[in-house]
Amino acid sequence: MRSRRTLRQGLMWAWPIVPVVGALVFTFGMLPLFGVNPFEAMEAFFDGALGDLPKRLNLLAFWVPLVITSIGLLVTFTAGLWNIGVEGQIIMGAIAASFIALNVKAPPVVLIFLELTLAMIAGGLWAALSAVLKTRGRVHEIFSGLALNAIAVIFTNYLISGPWQPPEGGSFRGTAPFQDGALLPLFGDSRFSVLSLILALVAFVLVFITLRGTFWGLKLKALGKNPFSAYLLGVSSERETILAMAFCGALAGLAGSIRVLSWFDSLRQSISGGIGFLALLVVMLATYRILLVPFVALFFAAVLRGSTTLHLRTQLHTSLGGILTGVMVLFVLLFGDPKRLGLFKDKKDGDGGGPEVSGRPVDPFGKDIPLGE
Amino acid sequence: MNDTELVRILSSIVLASAPLIIAVCGETLTERSGIVNLSLDGTMLMGAMLGFIVAFESGVVWYGFLAGAAIGSLFALIIAFGSIQLRQSQFAIGFVLTLLGDDLSSFLGQNYTRTPGPTVPHTGIPLLKDIPIVGPILFDHDIVVYFAFALVAVSWWFLNKTQPGLHLRGAGERPEAAFARGVGVNRVRYLYTIIGGALVGIAGAAYSLNVKIGWSDGHTRGLGWIALAIVIFGGWSPVRGAFGALLFGATKALATVLQRTFPEVSVVIFNAIPWVLMLFVLLAVGSDFTERFISMLPKSIQPPLRSLLRVSPPMALGTTFEQD
Amino acid sequence: MRVDLKDIRKYFGPVRANDGITLTLEEGRIYGLLGENGAGKSTLMKILSGYQPQDSGDISIDGQVVDFDSPASALAGGVGMLYQDPHDLPPFRVIDNYLLGRDKRVRLDYADAERELKETMGRYGFILDLNARVDTLSLGERQQLELVRLLAGGAQVLILDEPTTGISADQKVLLFESMRKLAFEENKTLILVSHKLSEVQELCNHAFVLRRGQLVGQSEVPCFNEALVQMMFGQIPARSERVLFELGDPVLEVDNLTVSDRRLTVEGVNLSIQAGEVFGVAGLEGSGQRHLLQACAGLLHPEVGSIKMAGADVAGWSYHHMQKAGMAYIAAGRLEEGLVAGLTMTEHLVLAQPEHSYFVDWNGARQQMEDRIDHYQIVGRPESTADELSGGNQQRLLFALLNSPLRLLLLEHPTRGLDVQSTNYIWELLYQRREDGTAILFMSADLDEVVERSDRIAVFFGGRMSRIVKASETSVEELGHLIGGQS
Repeated sequence: MRSRRTLRQGLMWAWPIVPVVGALVFTFGMLPLFGVNPFEAMEAFFDGALGDLPKRLNLLAFWVPLVITSIGLLVTFTAGLWNIGVEGQIIMGAIAASFIALNVKAPPVVLIFLELTLAMIAGGLWAALSAVLKTRGRVHEIFSGLALNAIAVIFTNYLISGPWQPPEGGSFRGTAPFQDGALLPLFGDSRFSVLSLILALVAFVLVFITLRGTFWGLKLKALGKNPFSAYLLGVSSERETILAMAFCGALAGLAGSIRVLSWFDSLRQSISGGIGFLALLVVMLATYRILLVPFVALFFAAVLRGSTTLHLRTQLHTSLGGILTGVMVLFVLLFGDPKRLGLFKDKKDGDGGGPEVSGRPVDPFGKDIPLGE
Repeated sequence: MNDTELVRILSSIVLASAPLIIAVCGETLTERSGIVNLSLDGTMLMGAMLGFIVAFESGVVWYGFLAGAAIGSLFALIIAFGSIQLRQSQFAIGFVLTLLGDDLSSFLGQNYTRTPGPTVPHTGIPLLKDIPIVGPILFDHDIVVYFAFALVAVSWWFLNKTQPGLHLRGAGERPEAAFARGVGVNRVRYLYTIIGGALVGIAGAAYSLNVKIGWSDGHTRGLGWIALAIVIFGGWSPVRGAFGALLFGATKALATVLQRTFPEVSVVIFNAIPWVLMLFVLLAVGSDFTERFISMLPKSIQPPLRSLLRVSPPMALGTTFEQD
Repeated sequence: MRVDLKDIRKYFGPVRANDGITLTLEEGRIYGLLGENGAGKSTLMKILSGYQPQDSGDISIDGQVVDFDSPASALAGGVGMLYQDPHDLPPFRVIDNYLLGRDKRVRLDYADAERELKETMGRYGFILDLNARVDTLSLGERQQLELVRLLAGGAQVLILDEPTTGISADQKVLLFESMRKLAFEENKTLILVSHKLSEVQELCNHAFVLRRGQLVGQSEVPCFNEALVQMMFGQIPARSERVLFELGDPVLEVDNLTVSDRRLTVEGVNLSIQAGEVFGVAGLEGSGQRHLLQACAGLLHPEVGSIKMAGADVAGWSYHHMQKAGMAYIAAGRLEEGLVAGLTMTEHLVLAQPEHSYFVDWNGARQQMEDRIDHYQIVGRPESTADELSGGNQQRLLFALLNSPLRLLLLEHPTRGLDVQSTNYIWELLYQRREDGTAILFMSADLDEVVERSDRIAVFFGGRMSRIVKASETSVEELGHLIGGQS
């Protein structure tokens, strides 16, 4: 009896693989409609991501900021927040790091320390701004996030074409390149920085412990599930919202600084590389489970790296990578919960108790949540 | 700037705001029934792309609008199904569809960028368009604009003066009570989510066929999000939402005018204006400022003003209803 | 219309809510459906009114077996139910509420609806402002609207679920009059679901008694109370002895308090509660009691006046500040305003601790929760989530989360929906807190509870507090008058 139950639980836990595979089959199956051989496409993806050592290292290099951002988003998701503004937080982190890189003279160790720290502060503050707009202005974090994203992008463009333009003239491609000592030490002939990997590991452990083992993590969990009850239990919704967003923003800022100091050598227009939105997808696909996040992030990173090679070989637009990841997340969102699909039915499930309403109403204003002290 | 120039600007604002008005009406219907369709930005991009391509390939502009409606309905159906049947998060599904819509439209539309294509023919209303000032602003446009006007009026009448409108509102305010009155709550939610989505898709097509003709990567990006904000700003009412859309259109026109007057100021500042405005309008309706402002006015006009500016979401917005 | 229920069964997992119930209802009579909480009364009536389906058994109307798949089809078949919280739409106007679902016509005919409404309301003496929003109406008025709607929809069988809790004395008189009229003059069948014997005796012809899902007895009414009580409980529950307790210094002092929100302004409240005292507040829903409690909890800030807790001026303090100073507040909505669905009992306990370290000692917390489960007799495990518990156990959990010692304990409807055993047990635990010097301020819609459990009582009406009376020197009747606004 017991082993059957564990098997059942195991199957339920592993079920999401089915929609993921389904999504792969679906997307690749559509390719012939565009005159592309799906197997060629798959080969291109593999090659692009894992073809040779430099490529594999670059895969890691792309993966690191993505995983850091995703881990940070777990904190805001736990608190029930939709931190769409994470893109802007990455960008502000990159801008802050660029500021140090372009304006401060110091030995490399100090320089890098300053860059990373200021980046985390900048990302954290940018996120806190969103949070305050929510708690004091009742503006939903989706909207403040979008607006602040746009402003961050605009700010970047302004810096690139204006005050930080390269000596040969503004080009809209990027700012002046950073001094050598400002960049993160790279491994071999790639864009991968061992230091960034260490930081990612630290971030992972930090968030893992925070969410599972700290009082603050529990407060966030309560806040995310029922803000008013959480308030009555002693959780200050304003304080924890701001802190959760700042935490995530700091990690996002860190990711941004890693991007600008290792992947690139200057501040670029597309500095975030869409990593912010991608991280949101990663967390959703990983069904908000922290242990799965690094693997899903790696997978997504591989898909995106592969799509550039795919473009070179087949002329298919690079957005195919985004389509693939999007379809996967959609399938898992829709079909990833076996219970809701009517599989693994339990005698306890199913009421027949008449109509019921579930879920908390979406209140764009959160009017009835009192602010804490 | 003289009178005719002002009239011309106002007229162009009306023309440019029409797609947004259509989208806002559509989403208002959806949200009033209790569902949030967060995929608007992706839907509009797909609507714009498909609308243009279908119109281009077929040569008939109206097929483009049909295509827009179709893709909008599909996206909405996914959200409705995922929420009602599978009880998953409306926000999550909507957000993924937004990103998918962006990527899909880039992918499928890549061969059609910078291609000239068909547009909606201009049909000024005879007689009415000759009325001084008001005429050119309101009646000298095309069917899309008139459709937008009609949509606002019909939506308002439907919501407030008809039995099916009561059903819609009931499903969004208190589904258990509506169910007890014989309203098929989930059927209603499916219906109006799909209708709303179709309208948003039409709005996307209206953009690429009537306002910014043609297709380019990320053609309508951002408009869907602004539509969502306007629904809130408009207090979930089609008429106020239409005003909100016109306000945004006016801001864009203002930005263009300012840009011309102050060419030395970087264009980036003006790009930021719609977003900053969005923050401001949401701040205005969300925070206590409006309430405090109203309480300072004479007592007699407070109640009507309050109900005019009332902004409260449908009570069951975002919840799931299981009909057993 | 004659209604026959034959062998109705409804199970929720292992719980037999209705375990083979058979009864007959004739027209032109008023029936009482008695039983304690959990006896199955609501379940049975929800089945009859089409809200949920039975697992087995038949419902026949005038000899024909019927199958209602929704409340609307039940109404079309002649059966309508008035819920304790009426199924209306708060933001709608009265007239729109009436019109929703009324008929299939697309255009709304307001003139027609107005005429119908006024005519029906006039027949029973109801008075409503047709353009008022439903959320501005009192509970009694919402009931009247719903009754009118059900009657207009063709209800011949009317079920009223605990209709007298929370309405004024006048509204109750009006309600009973209209019930008599409906049954005896218009030949309808009325069912009064209640746990109040006095009302059943006053109004009904015949009573059915349910206990643990079964029909354990019936009787023509009026009859001897003891007979009914015997059937309801199997034995007569012992009334707890009221022990005289020596009171201490004032813990809560409210002076000339004015507090308001969008709906109501509460003015001129003066009271003082001593350590160890139990102070009960009665009144209709929305008369101001909740405002008083929330003001004392720091959730609402007073505009005028002062609040002192243990001598300190706390009028501007936030809720969290008050919590740290020894105040505890349990709101009425257990899952909406107190517990977090999805969180386990242990997690709740950790959150509720006054002192906590940065890291959580999960093992220690689990152990502590097991102890509390024992002490408070909660049916559940430390890993059970709050939403998995039954209502009574959720209430016990809320009490289990309280810290000791407390200065001031504020309770909203502490025993709502609980059966007699649970109620007695909860009050035992509350009385134990007096030893710590805790002052208890509670509000309840159940006048019996207020009279029985309090030391002193005050009544709220329309935002004002009546004079304070000693529980031992007053009666339910006197309170009823105070509630109705007569002093």
